[in-house]
Amino acid sequence: MVKLIVDNKEIETEDEVTVLQACLDNKIYIPNLCYLKEMDNPPGSCRLCFVEIKGYNQPITSCTVKVKEGMEVRTNTEHVRRLQRTAFEFLLSVHHVDCKNCPANKKCELQRIAKFLHFGLKLKKLEQLEREEGVEQDHPFMEYVSNRCVLCGKCVFVCQKKNGKAMLSFAKRGLDTVISFFGEEDKAKTTCKECYACVEICPVAALIRK
Amino acid sequence: MNQNSKVKLNEIFTSIKAEAETRLKDISGDNSQNIFIGMATCGRASGAVEVKATFEEALIERKINAHIIPVGCLGHCYGEPLVIIDKPGFPPILYQNVTPGKARLLVKAYLEEGDPVFEHVLGAMEENDMIPAVMEFPRFNQEKRVVMANCGLINPEDIYQYIAKGGYSALVKALALEPEKIINEIQESGLRGRGGAGFLTGMKWQVVQDSEEKDKIVICNADEGDPGAYMDRTILESNPHQVIEGMAITAYAVGANRAIVYVRAEYPLAVEMIKKAIGQAKEIKLSGEGILGTNFNLDIAVFQGSGAFVCGEETALIQSIQGKRGMPQLRPPYPAQRGLWGKPTVINNVKTLASLPPIFENGAKWFRGIGTDKSPGTAIFSVVGNIVHAGLVEIPMGVTLRALIFDICGGIPNGKKFKAVQIGGPSGGCLPDDFLDTPIDFDSLNQAGAMMGSGGMVVMDEDACMIDVARYFLDFTQKESCGKCTFCRIGTKHLLDILDRITKGEGREGDIELLEDLSMDIKNGSLCGLGKTAPNPVLTTVKYFRDEYEAHIREKRCPAMMCRTLTAYFIDLDKCARGCDACVGSCPTEAIFTTKNRKKGIDQTLCVKCGECMVSCPPEYDAVRKVSPPELAPKIERPKEE
Repeated sequence: MVKLIVDNKEIETEDEVTVLQACLDNKIYIPNLCYLKEMDNPPGSCRLCFVEIKGYNQPITSCTVKVKEGMEVRTNTEHVRRLQRTAFEFLLSVHHVDCKNCPANKKCELQRIAKFLHFGLKLKKLEQLEREEGVEQDHPFMEYVSNRCVLCGKCVFVCQKKNGKAMLSFAKRGLDTVISFFGEEDKAKTTCKECYACVEICPVAALIRK
Repeated sequence: MNQNSKVKLNEIFTSIKAEAETRLKDISGDNSQNIFIGMATCGRASGAVEVKATFEEALIERKINAHIIPVGCLGHCYGEPLVIIDKPGFPPILYQNVTPGKARLLVKAYLEEGDPVFEHVLGAMEENDMIPAVMEFPRFNQEKRVVMANCGLINPEDIYQYIAKGGYSALVKALALEPEKIINEIQESGLRGRGGAGFLTGMKWQVVQDSEEKDKIVICNADEGDPGAYMDRTILESNPHQVIEGMAITAYAVGANRAIVYVRAEYPLAVEMIKKAIGQAKEIKLSGEGILGTNFNLDIAVFQGSGAFVCGEETALIQSIQGKRGMPQLRPPYPAQRGLWGKPTVINNVKTLASLPPIFENGAKWFRGIGTDKSPGTAIFSVVGNIVHAGLVEIPMGVTLRALIFDICGGIPNGKKFKAVQIGGPSGGCLPDDFLDTPIDFDSLNQAGAMMGSGGMVVMDEDACMIDVARYFLDFTQKESCGKCTFCRIGTKHLLDILDRITKGEGREGDIELLEDLSMDIKNGSLCGLGKTAPNPVLTTVKYFRDEYEAHIREKRCPAMMCRTLTAYFIDLDKCARGCDACVGSCPTEAIFTTKNRKKGIDQTLCVKCGECMVSCPPEYDAVRKVSPPELAPKIERPKEE
């Protein structure tokens, strides 16, 4: 076991876990979207789980640092909050906010983070970015709503884990990046029907059953 | 290595070298005439293929005996196609901008009749008392050619030409040393990676050498992607063997038996050249199994990338080779610890690898004697944009920007004023004239807010709008973002949108501060180098050209008069000549009308601001004016049709 200090409070945790996991296990919430406990190499792509750790001169993502005895972690500094708010506003600026009609309403990770950061669901300094509207329908059992997706990649991870080889992957570049199954209908017909792991893991209902 | 194998190694190489020298004599014996034609991509783009064909034809027609030797690129892009003619009794002469017509003339007048046609000469390649030598010009004599020493002088498709010039002897020297000694030598030389970040090469190697894993890999990073940068391509096209030799030295030093050249598929000629070179090296045992009779094996393969900019980042590059989407991964683990296929991997840039043979040939001390204390050696820049002598320039580190731009490259053309220089590609920054005395080395450029990067340098004159420049680079990075992390994927698009709106005159109070805030967050928050450096063009232009941003936002004025929505053309009626119709025909939108007294006016509602009227107005009238903001243009009514 390892002891570390988070926000002036001592917590105890298993060896070899990430700072993020240690905090979550000890009921200290740090906003995160792309992290799962089972991941060996967390992608570190949502850029929300920043913390400050003594010895590092800059906020660092807590999903990428392993705990060490005596580590001093602060989860709520001004700099951390600033980065989290900016990252969250970025995500919000490409998210179609329509909670009322969204199946993820009330269990949505974005809502949770908005509450936690006291941010709300309205943009503060940015403008909504226009992205291609529409729902991808070519999967036989699922729909993909790109302007809900936060590209956390959890769906790709669980699919890989469950089926050995991921049926889903990232496609396109830059702001156009989406999750795609590359139209492989035959493969999808045999694997996806009983699985739906991706739909269950999606934090924002961007993947839904047809 | 024991004494016996050392002797054997030297014996084998001596016989290869003897073969190279014999072959060289065959083509450059006392009485043979040689025509060297620059056939790298830059030469071909300006017509070298046609020039070569014309030379061949003309030689046959006139029954003249001469060898045509295709060579790589000398780096003097402004003069392409470049041809060197070596004729007995004359010094080798360099001709610039050779066309098929000039080629015929040279064969007839020079090769047949002995008149070197002075009007087309750029200079002689060696001192003589007939023609001024190129070494008398600053563009040549202030350069220090280490990496590019043989570029443009030898046939890249003939390994023996490289060997005859001393090639592969550094590898022979290295193979006789213990790997530790080689790493020591590199550490002593202070060589820093030429890919951009300037990490110490020796330290990288040490990590890989120290690893207990048996299978190690060397990768040559030739995924050059900065707009306007093309030195890696040129080196691969002009002298691929120097890179292969560098890879072999690296592999031997760290204990690797596999090497991969990662080159983008958009460089077909470079791919062809490096493939050919690898094949030739293998044929004469300079790569493959049992190199030069030793028990060192090295298998070199070529991998073609599909041209995603982010794949130049080492972790994304590794993903790409493994058949995955080119997305950067978190470091640590660094590739030197766990790289391609989980094996310890050295990834070095083309220029870093090509620097190795000269270091081993001449020693670490010699290398340290070039450049500055913290950045020894040379830097290669592709100097492009508003510059007289554009092209590749290899200079010792520590030369100032002023010396490079004004002395070596001839300054700004058309009598315009220097405004800024963009260094380090999309990750770099724009520096104004206050920084012209900055020495060019890794640390000084970082301090100034730019970076060495891979060596792209875009020089801009007074007509460049700095917001438009920042917008251009953000447009690039935004499109090239791999889409993985939030800051880069979405943040760069917001920066681009704000810049876009400023150039359209829709900037608002507070936009500058917003740009600064977002830029800092993107810099601190992004996952990989691409996102972390993407805001640099914004940050440096805001810092050094803030008044331009303010003019755009507050006065809706573009000081450089580049942003179309913020400018207007009008015709000065005092200067316009009655009855002249020159501008009317040039206007693509029929925006120009004739006034009552038969002068011309521009209908601002139809004008698309292409500037054609300004070009077509005869210089003796010079009546077309450009203004910003557009309200400054006087209103001239179109007469009602009768």
